[in-house]
Amino acid sequence: MKFWRKPLDYDKVSVPHGTVTIIKDRCKGCGFCVEYCPKDVLVMSEGFNKKGYHPPEVVKEGECVNCNLCEMICPDFAIFSVAIPEDEAPENEEEASEEGELDDED
Amino acid sequence: MSNVKQKVRAEEAEHPIAPYLRMDRIPHIWCPTCGIGTVVKCYATALEEAEVDLDKTAIISGIGCTGRVAGYMKLDAFHTTHGRAIPFGTGLKLGRPELNVTVFSGDGDLVGIGGNHFIHAARRNIDLLVILVNNFIYAMTGGQNAPTTPLVARSSTMPFGNYEAPFNIPNLAKCCGATYVARWTCLHIRRVTKAFREALGKKGFRVIEVITPCATLYSRLNKLGTGLDLMKFYHDEADICHGADTRDVEIDFQSRIVCGKFVDEEKPTFSERREEHYRNKLGDDFVGMPSEGGWLHE
Repeated sequence: MKFWRKPLDYDKVSVPHGTVTIIKDRCKGCGFCVEYCPKDVLVMSEGFNKKGYHPPEVVKEGECVNCNLCEMICPDFAIFSVAIPEDEAPENEEEASEEGELDDED
Repeated sequence: MSNVKQKVRAEEAEHPIAPYLRMDRIPHIWCPTCGIGTVVKCYATALEEAEVDLDKTAIISGIGCTGRVAGYMKLDAFHTTHGRAIPFGTGLKLGRPELNVTVFSGDGDLVGIGGNHFIHAARRNIDLLVILVNNFIYAMTGGQNAPTTPLVARSSTMPFGNYEAPFNIPNLAKCCGATYVARWTCLHIRRVTKAFREALGKKGFRVIEVITPCATLYSRLNKLGTGLDLMKFYHDEADICHGADTRDVEIDFQSRIVCGKFVDEEKPTFSERREEHYRNKLGDDFVGMPSEGGWLHE
């Protein structure tokens, strides 16, 4: 994440992480989750599910912030996200802090 | 390693809404891009957040696309005849006052076929939460003109456009005496959930109108694109205006949709008025309904 100005509580705020689970055969391919995901974690896949719809798939593994928006907006109860506990946090946290440091230079 | 872990998780995992749904009936029959499923999810989340006792919660629906909700929710449920969800809910609430009764139905069912019941339940201020899912059309029966179809919108019985003035539901509810009136679209998921949660903790006749896309009929007959296009339209055109005058919140065809909480007030409910009246008239001779269980309580 890039900041125009470093937030004062930057060190204290921890970004939550989540894993998205897609129940593919329940999906009807409406595309709400793909459209409204704030982190663009999902795209419509090329493959078909049992009913012949294109379910979404996760492309940006580890960028999910567990906002639960896909879970709330899915009309078919086919997608949900689960929070990853802090100690299992993914690797890209280091990347984020590096970017933050870069911004700090100017 | 993480892939394997995730695969295991995906197979084992069950959707968080599963305890609230009859999972043997899922997948549901609603069309792709229909918004009713989203409203059901919001309602289940509100039940979870409000921490209501699920054994003391009942859900009633009428006929129509939204009428299917009573069959999918794992609550005490009843699927009534067309338009008669509110009368059934009234009877249930008066007979078992300890229950938390929700009427979950569509616009054609509640203000079309059951319009008379709607206005009289609001007039009497029966203690019901009415969730009115408005898709502007009678969708299950093939897209006939509904009492909420906006002017000039096409329906299968009005192929040259509708010329009947539609109902303004928040105004109707407010004028008839509802104590909580709100309108949201099914894109406002957090706000809909908040409204449900808030309304679950209140008393009186509470009406929440939720506007949902109907891609198969309303949108197809009016050439509005898919449900996703309608969601984008709600994103652009929905204005949030809490406490707006309900006379100004009418919906025209593809015009601005005013959302928000319009009415929130306290009024004595039907049961409270009845209790008070008889207590005044009969004095000590009056035997009230036991508040914890009704006459059926053992």
